[in-house]
Amino acid sequence: MSTQHSRAAARLMISPAVILLLGWMLIPLGLTIYFSLLRYNLLIPGDNPFVGWENYEFFFTDPAFNDAIVNTILLVGGVLVITVIGGILLALLLDQPIWGQGIVRILVIAPFFVMPTVSALVWKNMFMNPVNGLFAHLAKGMGLEPFDFLAQAPLASIILIVSWQWLPFATLILLTALQSLDSEQLEASEMDGAGPINKFVFIMLPHMARAITVVILIQTIFLLSIFAEILVTTAGGPGTASTNLTYLIYAQSLLQFDVGLGSAGGVFAIILANIVAIFLMRMIGKNLDL
Amino acid sequence: MARAVSNRRKIIATTAGWLVGLLIFFPILWTILTSFKTEAEAIASPPSLLAFDWTLDNYFTVQERSNYFRHFFNSVVISLGSTVIGLAIAVPAAWSMAFVPAKRTKDVLMWMLSTKMLPPVGVLVPLYLIFRDTGLLDTRVGLVIVLTLINLPIIVWMLFTYFREIPGDILEAARMDGASLKAEILYVLTPMAIPGIASTLLLNVILAWNEAFWTLNLTAANAAPLTAFIASYSSPEGLFYAKLSAASTMAIAPILILGWFSQKQLVRGLTFGAVK
Repeated sequence: MSTQHSRAAARLMISPAVILLLGWMLIPLGLTIYFSLLRYNLLIPGDNPFVGWENYEFFFTDPAFNDAIVNTILLVGGVLVITVIGGILLALLLDQPIWGQGIVRILVIAPFFVMPTVSALVWKNMFMNPVNGLFAHLAKGMGLEPFDFLAQAPLASIILIVSWQWLPFATLILLTALQSLDSEQLEASEMDGAGPINKFVFIMLPHMARAITVVILIQTIFLLSIFAEILVTTAGGPGTASTNLTYLIYAQSLLQFDVGLGSAGGVFAIILANIVAIFLMRMIGKNLDL
Repeated sequence: MARAVSNRRKIIATTAGWLVGLLIFFPILWTILTSFKTEAEAIASPPSLLAFDWTLDNYFTVQERSNYFRHFFNSVVISLGSTVIGLAIAVPAAWSMAFVPAKRTKDVLMWMLSTKMLPPVGVLVPLYLIFRDTGLLDTRVGLVIVLTLINLPIIVWMLFTYFREIPGDILEAARMDGASLKAEILYVLTPMAIPGIASTLLLNVILAWNEAFWTLNLTAANAAPLTAFIASYSSPEGLFYAKLSAASTMAIAPILILGWFSQKQLVRGLTFGAVK
């Protein structure tokens, strides 16, 4: 089928997508790198002199940078632990014969389709609010003091909200993997006398390993960029208690108007995401036999 | 041979499954229920689950006070617009990569995927400035452009994985039977490609509808879709639970329904074919 003619046509058909994506990648990326080397603040008119690595120095020595890195690691790590372990357990449960399985599946998957600003605000106001939230009602009902989640444990509260949003994704993918397991293999292991724990550790878990890795890598890419949930719940605070890298760069660029500093942070974020991306791409590439 | 399942085991699994399912779904259920309460009932302690005077007032109030439907319309235009334009660009590209693979096809695909890995905040500053200088800030056109570009790699990938499953032999057979190229595309390929294209459309509308980085940063009042509109409830309107719930319910209902239809495509689309 690949004659000279059809190959030329193929190239023509790919080119719009390639050109657009190339422009999308190179133009903003080039500008980010360029801005990161200038002293450029939107509030200070005049020239934008070249200052070399100055912005990077400021960015890395800013005390908020350390907090943001720690918070980013805790946020990504916390959500990954909860969603992967929870996802495995839920997948095992949903793989059982259940009356109304389709409906249960729908209930479990639903949070993934709720837009981030809605889930963040619903949790913030209707559940975590220390006066009128449902958790406060529950605490009062049990004779306990209501807990101000977002003021006293802002990061943990955001981890909870984000985990609720991503648990369905992990569950759905792990369930898909689990259901592709050959039932004969399980039966054979049962005949050999394997108990449920042995079956899980030696057959199901290895079978799901690949899906677990995919879940971790894809979620990491998205979780590094968590933004809306922080913006509408805590705005990064109190102080920098819930500021992650994405929010810090947003604050520097669009709240403090420091284009140079924000761009330096942007370059750092790109490098960080690329480290994760390389592993993910390798996994996807291996699966793509052409 | 199917394994015999004891009824006891099924009862336990069913109970546990429904409990966990309802627990996870509860925040959504609670939001929907609260949207039918009065503000006083919404904050009543102890709260009532179903025994309250059901009212639709909140829905009317939200529309009157904030012109809800303009934001809803923005969401529709932005998510559908970016998906349709994305499909128009991606269908030919995915088509040619699936049916006329070249040596470089894999590299091109992987490279396209890598653009999706770019963290949005990494290009926030230049994009914001470009939008400011070209007057695209707070316009629907601007958002359609950005969302088209950020979802293009996913669209290409999904279509590619679907197109690749169309057997090439069937084309040979059609040609042997004397079908012209036009007939081949119209009567053989298109019917087989439509399910894949529809799934891709569905998933991308969902992703674009819920996108909440660019929509929050590049819009103000005019072009704000529902993600940004709801964010304006952050304070102090957010403390009016019944109205917040009504606005939220209307924002998530269409996508919740579409989403339930797209479970399978979700796995395929978001794992780039790594898990099927």
